[in-house]
Amino acid sequence: MTTESSGSGVAASIAGSPDTASQAWVARLSCSGPEREAAVTELHALLLRAARFEIRRRRAAFPQLSGADLDDLAWQSADDALMSILRRLGDFRGDSQFTTWACKFAIVEAGAKVRRHAWRGREVPLTQGLWAAVADDAPSPHQHAEAQDLLRALREEVGLLTGRQRQVFVAVALNDVPIDVLAERLNTTRGALYKTLHDTRRKLRAALAARGLGIEGQRR
Amino acid sequence: MPGDPRRTVEHLLGPVGPELGCDECFEALDTYVELELTGAPADAQMPLMRAHLAGCSACREDHDSLLAMLLADPGEPA
Repeated sequence: MTTESSGSGVAASIAGSPDTASQAWVARLSCSGPEREAAVTELHALLLRAARFEIRRRRAAFPQLSGADLDDLAWQSADDALMSILRRLGDFRGDSQFTTWACKFAIVEAGAKVRRHAWRGREVPLTQGLWAAVADDAPSPHQHAEAQDLLRALREEVGLLTGRQRQVFVAVALNDVPIDVLAERLNTTRGALYKTLHDTRRKLRAALAARGLGIEGQRR
Repeated sequence: MPGDPRRTVEHLLGPVGPELGCDECFEALDTYVELELTGAPADAQMPLMRAHLAGCSACREDHDSLLAMLLADPGEPA
């Protein structure tokens, strides 16, 4: 980081008002002229390092992406994060250090971009083909039969969902499609899609709990 | 999906208790991670965050990356 980031700094920022370094960041980004331009440049460099860090972490999972692709994604992530931060500067309350708050934007942008890029051109699986594999994992015949009963019930309840609920549950929960990838395909937001998933899971829990299969209903 | 089928079903069904949404998770992520770094009881102070991280793999990845970045070198994150 380009500013103080020691453990004591973290503690100070959590305690309430922004630490000195965070206040300086906000002041420099809020003024005009060369001082602001310098701060923006420093912030972009910080965001680019954070985006590259995130992309390096994800690189092994996406061998089809070239180094140039990945660095391009890092720059795009830093640019988008910078725009978001400057637009939302007034939202920074000092509950964390400014640099932690800022790097969060870059990491989330970079993570979403890598996932979307990696899924580009791939079909989102909407079939329920993994059910059998789940039941086959049961180590004993008794557990296998119990698992079959539970999975049969779950599968039946999934069949009773609305089309949208079923689509989201099967893709995200059953087939591990990244939620931001599905959100992009369905032209919605990650937050809205997770709300659908949450409501669907609650509905399924309630239905399975009512069947007495040892599944706990959703607590409120 | 290796492992106990019942556990797998529980995983599919997500957290049993209340949780944050993705937008709320994003807003609180930096504070939560800094609490973890200081050794404060982050889960006790923000229990709905931990539930969401258990149920949302994308937010969990974001959390793990931010924490890893700060742990790697708190003075120079990337």
